[in-house]
Amino acid sequence: MSSQYINEPMLDLFIFESTQLIEQMELLVISNEKSSSYDSDAINEIFRIMHTIKGSSAMMLYNNISGLAHSMEDLFFVLREDKPQDVNYSELSDLVLEGIDFIKLEIAKIRNGDEADGEPSELNKRLKVFHSKIKGQNINVTIGNEVNSQERSTLENQQYYISKVKTNLTASKNIFEATIHFEPDCGMENLRAFSVVNDLQELVEEYYHIPQDLDNEDSASVICEQGFTLLLKTPYSFDEIHKVLVQTFSLKNLQLTQVENSELFNDLQNESHFLLGDSPLKIPAVLGREDLFTNQGEKESLLAAAQQIIISVSVAKLDQLMDLVGEMVIAEAMVTQNPDLKGLELNNFDKAARQLRKITSELQDIVMSVRMVPLAGTFQKMNRTVRDMCKKLNKEVRLQLLGQETEVDKNIIEHISDPLMHLIRNSIDHGIEMPSEREAKGKFRIGTITLEAKNAGGDVLIIIRDDGQGFNKDRILAKAREKGLIQETEDQIKDKEIYNLIFLPGFSTNETVTEFSGRGVGMDVVVKNIEAVGGAITADSVPGKGTTITLKIPLTLAIIDGMNIKVGDSFYTIPTTAIKESFRPKSTDLIVDPDNNEMMMVRGQCFPILRLHRIYQVRTDVTELTEGIIIMVEHDDKTLCIFADELIGQQQVVVKALPDYIRNMKKVRGLAGCTLLGDGSISLILDIEGLMI
Amino acid sequence: MADIVELEAADLTEDTQKGKFLTFCMGSEFYGIEIKYVTEIIGLQPITEIPEMPEYIKGIINLRGKIIPVMDVRLRFRKPYREYNDRTCIVVIEIREVSIGLIVDSVSEVISIPDEEIVAPPNVAKDGNKYIKGIGKVGNDVKLLLDSDKLLNETDLETINDL
Repeated sequence: MSSQYINEPMLDLFIFESTQLIEQMELLVISNEKSSSYDSDAINEIFRIMHTIKGSSAMMLYNNISGLAHSMEDLFFVLREDKPQDVNYSELSDLVLEGIDFIKLEIAKIRNGDEADGEPSELNKRLKVFHSKIKGQNINVTIGNEVNSQERSTLENQQYYISKVKTNLTASKNIFEATIHFEPDCGMENLRAFSVVNDLQELVEEYYHIPQDLDNEDSASVICEQGFTLLLKTPYSFDEIHKVLVQTFSLKNLQLTQVENSELFNDLQNESHFLLGDSPLKIPAVLGREDLFTNQGEKESLLAAAQQIIISVSVAKLDQLMDLVGEMVIAEAMVTQNPDLKGLELNNFDKAARQLRKITSELQDIVMSVRMVPLAGTFQKMNRTVRDMCKKLNKEVRLQLLGQETEVDKNIIEHISDPLMHLIRNSIDHGIEMPSEREAKGKFRIGTITLEAKNAGGDVLIIIRDDGQGFNKDRILAKAREKGLIQETEDQIKDKEIYNLIFLPGFSTNETVTEFSGRGVGMDVVVKNIEAVGGAITADSVPGKGTTITLKIPLTLAIIDGMNIKVGDSFYTIPTTAIKESFRPKSTDLIVDPDNNEMMMVRGQCFPILRLHRIYQVRTDVTELTEGIIIMVEHDDKTLCIFADELIGQQQVVVKALPDYIRNMKKVRGLAGCTLLGDGSISLILDIEGLMI
Repeated sequence: MADIVELEAADLTEDTQKGKFLTFCMGSEFYGIEIKYVTEIIGLQPITEIPEMPEYIKGIINLRGKIIPVMDVRLRFRKPYREYNDRTCIVVIEIREVSIGLIVDSVSEVISIPDEEIVAPPNVAKDGNKYIKGIGKVGNDVKLLLDSDKLLNETDLETINDL
């Protein structure tokens, strides 16, 4: 394949696909490492991933990636086939993860338009040593020989890649394995197979087939049941061989795979000889391998199908789409509720209009959901960070993930991944103590870091909690003084304020700079990233017990379930999660204290009343509490009764930020944002927490 | 500083729009606004009030899914409020990616005013003409040319004074 074929879409696809596969593989490795053994599913999966990456990177001429992927594939091939005992799985994971990192780095280079120039030979060598080690244990061949032969075979393979890459056509020896299934009941399978062989004779240099003896009537039933397997050595390309093979009469199913490993050819050559000798014991082994190939073929076709299902779309286009749909909803309302139609009996029109309304609302729902991505992917990535840190620092930490299904706007996910990693690193590095220290303190040997996400009244909260040593208040204070960040004395400043000093630029209390943290750049980068999406970050800590860092991600484009209410001519939306109940108040339940504060007695408890029309100065006719409705909302154990004119209804709303111009002018108390209602009018979203202050 | 450079760069690219002004009237005066800032002119729409805003910020409107604030230019200039009627328009302008709607009594036309016909505003009062960039002469009429940038961005000081 010449380089002119490598055009942008293909490169994009390669990057997209490989990144996904690598991430998937990383997860597999991490989850299996925990159970300190690899189950056969995982081994198969990793083998398959490496195989795919090897193929695609060789196609894209990234020989370093394909070479490394090949070594790893070999490794897992041994694991899969020979099932060796006593494998050092932790060493294996290290090696594989290192490989993953290498490929990630190369892909990042490619994405940035740089040359993928990493040199994996050192890693390759270590993989090979490991490879021979596990292989050696299994079959007790002298290690020296094994290494040599292994290296030779890889060497052959590497050369082979180069030739394949340059021109597929002139590669002198392509080896293919073809499995042919004929239509059932077509009869004379052995003769049909013979004609296939005959057709190919001119194209191939060497061939072997199973069953070997095609003159024998018995082989017809074997072909019928197991298919006809051909192993070919040919100077022709895959496509050409394929073209010949598909012309076979009564062909039901054809599987043609290119076999990279020339050893296999020799193997099968030998084995097929055994077959000839009617050795029934050997048959299962061969069939086993055949099955695996079949499986692999199927999986690959499945994967190919899956790739077509997912496409990546630019977020800007989705924004446009969403605006357009919003506009269409308004247009729909304008048509169906057109004043010109008033008083007319239009049965058919009404029917059609109902249908239109149904479709538009469905369309709106779908467009809204498209942008939302669950946090699971981002959270899962943290497993890797924890693992690496623990290995390096000899600490033992368990990562607990909660609320992974929480959905966040795609844009936001991109912004919080790095900060999360920083925070987790910090927790492990500064927070969690060494295992021995923990035991001395009477804590569990294994530290726990909890990463939790939840929707809180429309915000998304991401909480990173560790059970480490907590912040050192005195040290933070001393440092802050030294840097001139605070002037107050100790009594004037609250603990929580002290802890939040760590987010100021250039603040790091850790004396020793480690590989992971302590340069004092981490935290303010975190803050910048979070603020970039309009979020906020707070820290709290209990000395000796642990630290909690809370990221509050704003609602921009988060979809919330909201209850729409009306006050005068204005609409407001209250996040449904905050609502406890709503009811029409009875005058007997109302209490007014001497300061004219209104309160409401509900089931023996007293709650303050907040009149929306009063705090927002909205003109409304409904000022008697008994004429309107009370919505009881709750936040952080505090309860408030909001008084409004009436409830409009519940709906999912896309939260939009208020225009910058408004936000810059003044932060309006209790307003979190705004949203568009179905008819195009704007509703203001209430920030319950803000209203309670 | 960088902003000014940016605005000047925009000037260069939009050569064809140079010297063209959209004029609108308020009371008896005619005002002009540089055409390059104008996105569109729309009829009056239902406006959602935002509480705790200065009087001249009437609220927000939904402009095809985009939510933009609207400002009543009359109130901005401390003129008496006038009931909106079917001549009332919202002129949507965009400066440095900030969109805002200006409520004006009515729009009239787009005219070209060459640079030499524009004179600096007289220095009357300290406060009097801070939103006027210049005065354009068209025939016997004068048009007050708005400094849209100041109109939008010099609000912070004002707001604090107002409240």
